[in-house]
Amino acid sequence: MENDLILRMEHIHKTFPGVKALDDVEFSLKAGEIHALLGENGAGKSTLIKVLTGVETKDSGTIVMDGREISPKSPIDAQNAGISTVYQEVNLCPDLSIAENIFIGREPRKRGAIDWKSVNEKSRELLKEFDLYLNVEESLDNYSVAVQQMIAIARAVDVKAKVLILDEPTSSLSTQEVEKLFDIMRMLRERGMGIIFVTHFLDQVYQVSDSITILRNGSFVGTYAADKLPMLDLVGKMIGKDFESLEAIPKLSGEKKDAEELLAIKDGATNEISDVNVSIAKGEVTGFSGLLGSGRSEIARLIFGADKKTSGTTFIDGKEAEIGNPLDAIKRGIAFCPEDRKKDGIIGDMSIRENIAIALQSKRGLLHKVSRKEADKIAQELIDELAIKTPSADQKIKNLSGGNQQKVLLARWLATDPRLLILDEPTRGIDIGAKAEIQKIVVELAGRGMSCIFISSELEEMERCCTRMFVLRDKKIVGELSGDEISQASIMKRIAGENKA
Amino acid sequence: MKKFTKTMEFKPLCILIAIILVCGIISGGDFFKVTIVDGHFYGRLIDILRNGSRYAILAAGMTMALGTGGTDISVGSIMAISGAIACSIVDERILGGLHGNVALAVILALCAGALCGAWNGFMIAKLKVQPMVATMILLTAGRGIAQLIADGKIVTITSEGYYSISGGYLLGFPIPMFIATGVVILFLILTKGTAFGMQVEAIGVNQNSSRLAGIRVERNLWIIYILCGITAALAGIIESAGIKGADCNNCGLMIEMDGILAVAIGGTSLAGGRFSIISSVIGALIVQTISTTIYAFGVAPELTRVAKAIIVIIVCLIQSQAFMNKIKAVGIRRSGKEAQAA
Repeated sequence: MENDLILRMEHIHKTFPGVKALDDVEFSLKAGEIHALLGENGAGKSTLIKVLTGVETKDSGTIVMDGREISPKSPIDAQNAGISTVYQEVNLCPDLSIAENIFIGREPRKRGAIDWKSVNEKSRELLKEFDLYLNVEESLDNYSVAVQQMIAIARAVDVKAKVLILDEPTSSLSTQEVEKLFDIMRMLRERGMGIIFVTHFLDQVYQVSDSITILRNGSFVGTYAADKLPMLDLVGKMIGKDFESLEAIPKLSGEKKDAEELLAIKDGATNEISDVNVSIAKGEVTGFSGLLGSGRSEIARLIFGADKKTSGTTFIDGKEAEIGNPLDAIKRGIAFCPEDRKKDGIIGDMSIRENIAIALQSKRGLLHKVSRKEADKIAQELIDELAIKTPSADQKIKNLSGGNQQKVLLARWLATDPRLLILDEPTRGIDIGAKAEIQKIVVELAGRGMSCIFISSELEEMERCCTRMFVLRDKKIVGELSGDEISQASIMKRIAGENKA
Repeated sequence: MKKFTKTMEFKPLCILIAIILVCGIISGGDFFKVTIVDGHFYGRLIDILRNGSRYAILAAGMTMALGTGGTDISVGSIMAISGAIACSIVDERILGGLHGNVALAVILALCAGALCGAWNGFMIAKLKVQPMVATMILLTAGRGIAQLIADGKIVTITSEGYYSISGGYLLGFPIPMFIATGVVILFLILTKGTAFGMQVEAIGVNQNSSRLAGIRVERNLWIIYILCGITAALAGIIESAGIKGADCNNCGLMIEMDGILAVAIGGTSLAGGRFSIISSVIGALIVQTISTTIYAFGVAPELTRVAKAIIVIIVCLIQSQAFMNKIKAVGIRRSGKEAQAA
């Protein structure tokens, strides 16, 4: 069996200032194997991948590829050694054509000039293997993220890779698209390629993976055959404690019958959505459920004033309230963690302290500066309260893991002492431990009397957190559930349009 | 407390001191000589402070624009407009009712600068035109407007009061220096004393996130470009007072590039984000020192631009983190090899 090994990493160490990112980690990959690399955020998965692909250089340890020791110093080094990577965020050029993207940097040439005919032909042939019949001369951004991802994989495979790394490839794909991706992964496995699959979706791990390697806090926990490791044990090993402790989040005790109304929207509309009529009660967690693009985020943005309201009225405490922009909303005690953390949430190059203080500053106004001392105090309190993992509040937020970034955003809003907290996909792309923590925080906040709007694609988490729910389909509210009516089945029925059943 | 060596101001300050020291040594000390004539200080260093004031004032405004990830390339033309207005009023060519009142001329010229800035702000904040393109409109049209005001002529004036804005002295030091210091202090109060600085930086890093965090992005952009307009107008007034007239074709010509250069040398990224007014002012003094030195050493006129370019390249390399890292890496490798050899 030893002969099947194409990649072996041993005793890998990597230290960043103040953090031991990898501590004596090992990892091995056989030809024709799909190997899941799992761990919580900050467990060291990304660092291990970066070491393997030459983005970071290891401090010590050996990497043996095909019996030969390598130490990639750049992604190109790694590529030449036969290691290709497809990242979570597709890193292709959206304005170039599909064919150009596939062959960029290694275009076939004819008498010095790029041979476009063969570029296009070869691209077509390559995509045929993936069952993709596309116009390869069209620019890439005309296609969905899923297709773009396939193209990224096609490109990676075509550079004669022996090892393919897929870093969170499924986080922005629909169920069918995921199936399709898995088919491709299986096909590549048949061809003898070794695939490293990094993901947060544990059920997907079991659909395709042969073996599983788990990291925790930068240390190697173990490598297991997928069919010999039940999911509960897997989660336990990832977080280093029993799964029961996560399940222990109390479900809110049903709907509060006497709850007063905090906020209501009457016939609200923006350019994105119309006929919005919702009412949010005090101290409740209200869910907006529906498929991606069903209008859940649009309602949230309407409430927060992020999108310009074209008609309708907002009522707070029964009184008409004009909310024309986010600042109006913040001043009235509304807070909003947007769906796209990176684009709309974090201010990457600024410190955690500044990221936390910024909304409070807006609420107070330009002339009432939040002093350095006060900002330090608030930041430190929230870092402790939310257990944000960081060496100090001076750290730039972009250096944190996804889950910790999300917690900083939560801290930003908690600092403004909001009455209504809107969370749009607060747990997307973060690990199960942080996910449970955030759910817990939401439930606790509601217990203290804060209202929450919770938006998530994961019905299980919606079921657990929400006491009332609006279900959306095609930018329309198609159902309202409360208390015991909320179950994954009842939500799914309404999303599917069987609300009369 | 952050160590001084780690602040943004540290490197530019070292560069400035180094350049001045080198100049001093090459000139055999002449460069440092400051004499007192009629109770006023004279000398190269004083010249640098006087002439660098314009750059410092411009750089203060420009830093804010660059901090948001924008830019303002219309400052040179705004200088021409404000110079034309101020000189024409002083010369009683326009608004004769003011009888050439210098103070009113200055105020109206500053208002014109604010108006130009408001136009830029309107284009950038409201219409979302890219800052480079938006300010290019005034860059080209501005000189035309200035010429219309000055009736296509070079307006020469005779007003001691107006001259003194550039040539006058207070406590032995040139007046522009005090104007620049005042402007810088006002900007420091604005950016450090209020939350404006933090908001400008946030806008520069991520405009979407900033808006959703409650920052009034549009209003702030308006303020910034209006401030840019006012600083440009002030620089234009000082320049026209220096040449005792308004030359619409040459006043502030290409100065937007020197302004951006000063900010860049100061270490503010043109992509927006962290900025420092003080750094930019030091950058402005570096730019001025380079120009002054080149003239002082009698470099042949045809070589001055090349000489300036070479010095700028060196300064920029020192400010480039990537380059310095490379140098350090080479140094470490060397010393490592030597250690091995030993």
